[in-house]
Amino acid sequence: MFEDLIQKLDVAVRKLRGMGKLTEKNIGESLRTIRRVLLEADVQYKVVKEFIARVQSKAVGEEVLRSVTPGQLVVKIVHEELVSLLGQANVPIRFGKTPPTIIMIVGLQGSGKTTFAGKLGRQLTKMNRHPMLVAADVYRPAAEDQLAILGESINVPVFSMRRTTPIKIVQEALVAARKQNCDTLILDTAGRLHIDEKMMSELDEMQQAVKPTEVLFVADGMTGQDAVRSAESFLNRLDFDGIVLTKMDGDAKGGAALSIRYVTGKPIKFISASEKLDSIEPFHPDRIASRILGMGDVVSLVEKAQEAADAKKMEKLAQKLRKQEFTFEDFFDQLQQVKRMGSLSQIAQMVPGLGRKVGGMQMDDDALVKVEAVIQSMTVEERQRPHIINGSRRKRIARGSGATIQDVNRLLKQFQMMQKMMKQMGRFGMKKFPGRVQMDF
Amino acid sequence: MAENLGKWKFGLQRTRQKVFGKLANILAGKRSVDEALLDKIEEVLIEADFGVDTTLKLIEAFKEVVRGNMSWSEETVYFFLKKRIVEMVSFEKEQMNQYVIEKPHVIVVVGVNGTGKTTTIGKLAYRFSKDGLKVLLACADTFRAGAGEQLSVWADRVSADIVQQKRGGDAASVAFDALDAAQSRRTDVLIVDTAGRFHTKMNLMEELKKICRVLKRKMETAPHEVLFVLDATTGQNGMNQVKLFHEAVGVTGIVLTKLDGTAKGGMVISIHQKLGIPVKWVGIGEGREDLLEFNAESFVEGLFE
Repeated sequence: MFEDLIQKLDVAVRKLRGMGKLTEKNIGESLRTIRRVLLEADVQYKVVKEFIARVQSKAVGEEVLRSVTPGQLVVKIVHEELVSLLGQANVPIRFGKTPPTIIMIVGLQGSGKTTFAGKLGRQLTKMNRHPMLVAADVYRPAAEDQLAILGESINVPVFSMRRTTPIKIVQEALVAARKQNCDTLILDTAGRLHIDEKMMSELDEMQQAVKPTEVLFVADGMTGQDAVRSAESFLNRLDFDGIVLTKMDGDAKGGAALSIRYVTGKPIKFISASEKLDSIEPFHPDRIASRILGMGDVVSLVEKAQEAADAKKMEKLAQKLRKQEFTFEDFFDQLQQVKRMGSLSQIAQMVPGLGRKVGGMQMDDDALVKVEAVIQSMTVEERQRPHIINGSRRKRIARGSGATIQDVNRLLKQFQMMQKMMKQMGRFGMKKFPGRVQMDF
Repeated sequence: MAENLGKWKFGLQRTRQKVFGKLANILAGKRSVDEALLDKIEEVLIEADFGVDTTLKLIEAFKEVVRGNMSWSEETVYFFLKKRIVEMVSFEKEQMNQYVIEKPHVIVVVGVNGTGKTTTIGKLAYRFSKDGLKVLLACADTFRAGAGEQLSVWADRVSADIVQQKRGGDAASVAFDALDAAQSRRTDVLIVDTAGRFHTKMNLMEELKKICRVLKRKMETAPHEVLFVLDATTGQNGMNQVKLFHEAVGVTGIVLTKLDGTAKGGMVISIHQKLGIPVKWVGIGEGREDLLEFNAESFVEGLFE
């Protein structure tokens, strides 16, 4: 659902990525694009404003200016802010200690309450609960018919009464639920406008009379700027426990969802798409977040590399390189440091653009193991002075490491090339060494 | 009707106080055009769902006019914006369909889920029958649970006839039968209710095309009107909705519903600009009289005055 939004934001910040130096001009330009993308996705005006302000204040902070990759750090800030808009892990529905649990569903007209009630009923049945649907909408023509048909199709009892008040209906439904051994009541209330005082106070009264375990606010995922106004009004009246986003099967970008969550501070518990009764999903912000972060996180990669690198060894290595004494022993150390950063596929996830392409593909960690084995089969002298490795030594190393002679030859050749490269680099200074070792196995 | 106009005005009053209040505060004691004023105008327009493009266009136009004239009174700012936006949503009276040149006048009502199609049809039917026209309703929403029942209740309320089939039936054949019945009963207006559907669902859009095709086969000029029902709370997605429905079946007008809430429905301006489809009706409540002919002045006043 947020794919399109995320992708557009990605494009907006991509320009910054490679930038070694940030100026107010290039940050400003990217922030303007980000702002526009968010507004076009229906994120509420004030939410966008705060979002941009936070990114801006962090982006001109000292940490960014001192960073090795300032552009990338700004990208990371944008991602982090987006994740904080989304919220943390999934918050499931609470059930009461003593049955019945009462789940009250509220929202504007046409937001999809009745369809959601049916979907929730079905979901609960799958969880081995015994729900009952209660038609507490006495206003919309044929609302109880719609619920009755839904109930029948999912095999869940429906309680309805004509010509009475919603509170009376719910009270009678409680009695019926006990009789029929239903442990969860799903109250489908009438759609109402948040500024309709009479209808809103009906909800108040209902909440006080039946004390629902959980109140869910259903919001249309395609809503524009008004989403925040209605959600806030409902929150002030009812202090609902969670948000349900419906109609997420269209091509709306879901900005309303971000705004509602941000403004109310309540978790999005479900997202629902289409009218098929199976299409309801618990919402996992952390999963979307990890996808956002999966868009490439060079910063963590650099951080990891710095953590993994032993400063003293690095210094020693740098000296050796300056004297052009890079040996197989040093190479072995390097390999160990790379391994400490994680598996190759984990590292690949952090490389911008590569993460998504790799997704799930098995990277060849075995190749590294082979290289290690070959080096370990060398004598100390061979490791320090590789040029002494002649034909018979090669044969011995191959046998000892379980590799073929061709493997050993290939490694030696690559090592020679690496030495040559090191020499050239040595002439230009070693500052950027840790990130630049080329390992092309 | 007067009472209803009052109701709309009341709805607008709230926005008026809010929006006008906000803008007026900024302008109080301030007579020169600066960034703060432009920002405030931007906020008001974006929060009314005008969208970034239309908002920027209006602001650019405003800057163009004020260039070299740095002191403006708040009245002139309103006057300018109001005039511009009214121009943007106005349309020629001829575009408003004249009902019953030909019998039956066939109207197909379309839209995504939950925008208020069936309620709108009830109100339209009430209006026509009050004018002494004979109305037939066709329930071509054979998918949603309770759709037929809901339309029947409306048919009773406004004393119109109804044609429906059992749930799961073929929508196009309901439309065909209904047109057949309308022709033989000498009905003045036939209104076809369709199932809410997402513009992105190809198969459902094909079904909609088929409904129109079948009507056309029976009566060459039908459908005379395709009304797209747009919920005023809809955000920027509204543009794509109307665009794809228009490409499929040729939308002739928009019914903007739920304007009695706090949403302004600013999307219709961009839609009118880009697709040339006018708003014809506005829905302002659940009662049978809560449907008004669109009035550009009132609509825009609701945003600013």
